[in-house]
Amino acid sequence: MSAVGSFSSHPPTRLSFKLNGEPVEILVDTYKTLLEVLREDLGLTGTKHGCELGECGACAVLLDGRPILSCLMLAAECEAVEVRTVEGLADGACLHPVQEAFADLGAAQCGYCTPGMLVSACALLEKNANPTRAEIREALSGVLCRCTGYLQIFEAVEAAGRKLAAGLPEKTGKTP
Amino acid sequence: MSRPLSGMKVVGKPRRRVDARAKVTGQTRFADDLVLPRMLHCKLLRSPHPHARIRRIDARAALSMPGVKLVLTGADLPIPYGILPVSQDEHALCLSRVRFVGDPVAAVVAVDEITAFEALDEIQVDYEVLPTIADPLEALATPEPKIQPYGEGNVHKKVALEFGDVDAAMAGADHVFEDIFFYQGNTHLAIEQHAAVGAVDPDGKLTLWSSTQTPHYVHRALARVLQIPAAHIRVIAMPNGGGFGGKSDPFNHEIVVAKAALVLGRPVKTCLNREEVFYCHRGRHPVTMKLKTGVKSDGSIVAMDLQTLLDGGAYGSYGVASTFYTGALQTVTYQVPRYRFRGCRTFTNKPPCGPKRGHGTPQPRFAQEIQLDKIAAVLRLDPARLRQSQLAKPHSLTANYMRLGTISLSECIDRVVEGSDWKNRYGKLPFGHGIGIACSSYLCGAGLPIYWNTLPHSGVQLQLDRSGRVTAFCGAAEIGQGSDDVLANLVAEVLGVDPFDIRLVTGDTDLGPVDLGSYSSRVTLMMGHAAIQAAERARDLIAQAVSAKLEVPVARLVFADRRVFDAQDPARGVSFAEAVQVGEAMHGTLGTTGSYRPPESAAKYKGGGVGPSPAYSYSACVVEVQVQPETGWVEVEKVWIAHDIGRALNPVLARGQVEGSIYMALGEALMEEMDYRRLPRHLSAALVHKFPSMLEYKSPTTLEMPEVITYLVEDPDDAGPYGAKEVGQGPLLPVMPALANALYDAVGIRVDEVPITPEKILRALGDRTAHRCGPKSFPFIEWPEPLRVPPPWEGGDGKAQNEGPRRRREGAIVAPDVAQPGLSPHPSTPEGRREKSDETSPAPELPEVLR
Amino acid sequence: MMRCHRFRYESPATLREACARMTDAGGEAMLLAGGTDLVPNMKRRQQVPPTIISLRRIPELRETRITDGRIWIGAMTTLASLTTNPDVRNRHPALFKAAAQVATPHLRNMGTLGGNLCLDTRCNYYDQNYEWRKAINFCMKKEGEICWVAPGSPRCWAVSSTDTAPALMALGAQVEVAGVDGERCLPVSELYREDGIEYLSKKRDEILTRVLLPVPVAGEFSTYWKLRRRGSFDFPVLSVAAWIRRDGDGIVEAARLVLGSIASRPLLAPASSILVGSALSEEVIQAVAEEASSLARPLDNTDFSLGWRKKSAHHLIQGALRELRGDNPRELGPIARRAAELVPVF
Repeated sequence: MSAVGSFSSHPPTRLSFKLNGEPVEILVDTYKTLLEVLREDLGLTGTKHGCELGECGACAVLLDGRPILSCLMLAAECEAVEVRTVEGLADGACLHPVQEAFADLGAAQCGYCTPGMLVSACALLEKNANPTRAEIREALSGVLCRCTGYLQIFEAVEAAGRKLAAGLPEKTGKTP
Repeated sequence: MSRPLSGMKVVGKPRRRVDARAKVTGQTRFADDLVLPRMLHCKLLRSPHPHARIRRIDARAALSMPGVKLVLTGADLPIPYGILPVSQDEHALCLSRVRFVGDPVAAVVAVDEITAFEALDEIQVDYEVLPTIADPLEALATPEPKIQPYGEGNVHKKVALEFGDVDAAMAGADHVFEDIFFYQGNTHLAIEQHAAVGAVDPDGKLTLWSSTQTPHYVHRALARVLQIPAAHIRVIAMPNGGGFGGKSDPFNHEIVVAKAALVLGRPVKTCLNREEVFYCHRGRHPVTMKLKTGVKSDGSIVAMDLQTLLDGGAYGSYGVASTFYTGALQTVTYQVPRYRFRGCRTFTNKPPCGPKRGHGTPQPRFAQEIQLDKIAAVLRLDPARLRQSQLAKPHSLTANYMRLGTISLSECIDRVVEGSDWKNRYGKLPFGHGIGIACSSYLCGAGLPIYWNTLPHSGVQLQLDRSGRVTAFCGAAEIGQGSDDVLANLVAEVLGVDPFDIRLVTGDTDLGPVDLGSYSSRVTLMMGHAAIQAAERARDLIAQAVSAKLEVPVARLVFADRRVFDAQDPARGVSFAEAVQVGEAMHGTLGTTGSYRPPESAAKYKGGGVGPSPAYSYSACVVEVQVQPETGWVEVEKVWIAHDIGRALNPVLARGQVEGSIYMALGEALMEEMDYRRLPRHLSAALVHKFPSMLEYKSPTTLEMPEVITYLVEDPDDAGPYGAKEVGQGPLLPVMPALANALYDAVGIRVDEVPITPEKILRALGDRTAHRCGPKSFPFIEWPEPLRVPPPWEGGDGKAQNEGPRRRREGAIVAPDVAQPGLSPHPSTPEGRREKSDETSPAPELPEVLR
Repeated sequence: MMRCHRFRYESPATLREACARMTDAGGEAMLLAGGTDLVPNMKRRQQVPPTIISLRRIPELRETRITDGRIWIGAMTTLASLTTNPDVRNRHPALFKAAAQVATPHLRNMGTLGGNLCLDTRCNYYDQNYEWRKAINFCMKKEGEICWVAPGSPRCWAVSSTDTAPALMALGAQVEVAGVDGERCLPVSELYREDGIEYLSKKRDEILTRVLLPVPVAGEFSTYWKLRRRGSFDFPVLSVAAWIRRDGDGIVEAARLVLGSIASRPLLAPASSILVGSALSEEVIQAVAEEASSLARPLDNTDFSLGWRKKSAHHLIQGALRELRGDNPRELGPIARRAAELVPVF
């Protein structure tokens, strides 16, 4: 065995889980993380990566409703779980209120941390549609953004929360 | 047809950016999101030594591994390149010498990334280790071995300029202040790691998709190194997941995947890991500065004398420009009647430094703004008023011949002074609590291109058809700053449609006219002018046809709300789509172009190419801090910033640029640093980055970001599109010195270097005499005789008195060394290679390569 | 993209099976809990086990029970769920504060209590990519010969960076470990060894199964202070966990003070002799801080300079004790203020 690992292959393992509401059955290499399987095996490239070591939060997804880092979650560990990614936030062509607010209020600049921010914000608002600024800061403290300085992100989460709390999910089909 | 600004429908309105939907749905495709059929994966083997000669590369074991398709080494890509024509000193893979830990030596292409990674460890490289240079002092003291074959010892570049007799002015000053500062290097840390995909098109041409800010320069570098006609290469800048200057050079991996794709005939991708991104670097230069300023008793500056010493890392990159930038903008904020600047960039065995947000100017800005605070303290003047009293004059020339336009810095200062309740709080808060102020200025696009030419800096092409569809083509790269939105915004404004109606094709060298790239805050201004020109030309064609159809004079036609109508009878009109149809019927297929080239600079001396800009933005900032004296722990409570933006084209995005600048500035001010370490010399020759990781390179989180009050001050500058000036970089500049000045107000100490860490604060608090932490000396540097340029008010004409005739390097408009059938000698002939560093580089002894 | 090496993955359904598989693997296998420590270590090739035994499918490791007032926490309990457990939050604030400050909310949703207790020791020369470590010719913790922090030293000085262990030690908690021969309980303090490589006293094939917290009694107070650069992500560069029990008159009857992140294991400071019998006067607090901070001999192996970390030890110890005395933590400086304002959201 080399210092960087063995070249020999281990058999892939069968995995079934729910992805954005749909059942998935797939054979995955055991060494792969959920991030690799989402992006490379399933073609869902909306989930990003900035370090692959749990140090930036760009790869956040929801696992059974909680934000986790897909770069540190072995895919093989995801048997029978429910995974939600940025691709699963919108209701058909209709954006989630958090997406609408991010788009309108400048919360996405380069857009690279955005998927991780969005799923984290959704998880927060699903538990508490009226979070304090301190709770928003805490909920997003595991995702780094180098563009925005976060303030427009906080405001977008607050705006989306107000919309959710008012029970007015955005169904205007606003385009684009 | 032109409407008063008050009638604008798009410009100035807070709007969702045109690419927002793609970003919030995860559909924006970044370079690493590309997957092509039969695509292979590439990893680079990087040097574990900071300085060594490559003796031998044995790739046999790697090549014998299942799944490995190709191993490339330096000999496969022997032609050097580099962003500046004067420093073509990089090789896609090191030819015979490695110059820092992380310098690429070989590339493996395999069926998947893990196989490529495993194969790296199977390549045996035999090195002869060489002595290393860790910092500028060592570089000055150690001319041999030379890290680069050019330069003087390990000094890359020395520059010296003098505008008026500085020594005489100093002698006449009431007070002379002399301070030494150090600004640590830091890096961009865009969350997206660089990635690139190379592929051979069905017709045999080459395409490269890359996370680059400068597709045009990558295009030129590829043509040069791969020896393919530029017209046969297509570079597509994918939306960047953050740039900040870090993706502005042509990079090794871009050239390597292009070459590998050509060799293998299959698409080849690479995505760097975070450690590799740290090795690409090109970030903020560490700079030691000695700043001497003579003032009158009222604090007004009579002369300034600045020396800078830059730690450049192992390659040239933008370094010559960076060196000039440490001096060029010192005259743009305040009136400086006489000015001397001397700068020196050294080579060290570390990743190359280059341009990061503010390129070369935050360091001397830090020095000047802290020194002004010290001057105010000694002369018992209010720091805000001291600045107000000597602001640079609008529409004037500076001592070094920068042509200034509008300046709303006075209003900016008023806004932050008022917002922060400065008058009641400065000097009056309890111990541990303080506020500080600083100002700055920045350019709106470099006035000169990177390689000498007389072509437009930006071009926009519009194509319209009978459906009413408008497509805008431009080479500008969207790096998150919103350049696509600016393009749609301006075209929509002129044509009276919605920005979402415009289809955009950007960052593609095959499809759009050249734009030089997303650097130096140039895109809004330069692309903006080109866009307006193209749109106005289209509007004129359409108006002519609509005028004929409606029998309304052209001058009365209004383009608004997706209609073209009579200003006197708005009901009389046609839809925009109908208007395009009549236009197409009258003129044939509708297409227009627009382009922009900055006005000629007034600075005619050598080195005067760095600093001139069509316009300058200004910022004023107040920072409030809370310091815990027991530990030196500092927290930023609040920031007030006012930015003279000329006009905010989309205030949502403009505010985002300001706040993002504050964020990045606070990171550099408090915690971010590119720090390197040697191991004990008797045990190891290692010289490594201390912590090339996202965890240990400290980027502030949501919990560190303070409240920010942003004021956009709008005073349209004629030089900008609808009066707009830059906003992406300038607001970063005043934050670090304002924070340092706030520390003085809070606990009476001076920290004359960044990052301002608790350790340094504690050290300054413990310094019972100077109450200071910072560098104590500036090394002796043998400066060349400065070029003497009398300032405008001393009868100068922008030329140096002691400079010989200058020759401009002509004829390098097309990427040099590239076969242009029928135009120039074939590149493989000696005539094809005429770059400076080629001449100075002795033919390297190539290592033995076994495969 | 950084990737793990290729390994065999197993996920036994019972603890017995997991123990057996660990034993069969003869020390070559590693246990996977939340993955937030092991997976990055594998990607950096610091740990390259040929076999991974996942604990995810073993239900009993996730159970939390209260028996006779004592809380038993399964080792696979996530740090996030610890922070939302009212029994932990109200009765054992030191553990709550420690768990709530580990890394980030996302990592706390993955990371487990057992995993945090077994966290690999950390060092600036070790927590680096394979390529970086190659550039320094490795260190004795992995593939190399030398400890670069203390080149003359025969041992590795990597730092214990767990947040929960100092808190649990201060609280007097115990852990249960299981092996093929059955289970045993030991105080948390005995789980650790002062060695950067062999930092755990449990055998490689033993599995940490549960944590047992003592019954809280009247007059008991505890807290945890963590020093780090940023309010999120960062490991502690120094931490102080403190626990006291006071009688009705406010006199300290028992006390434990533990320092984290200054050695290869959490260190119990010799403070109880000064504290017991005192009313936590300022003089006593100074004396304890003086005495205990002398234990702090940090090396250059974490963020911040070692000199500053050492100086800060004094401040942290004082602050923690003042907080236990009843001072308002919001007035005890930024570290305490931040800890006092923790708002677990997930």
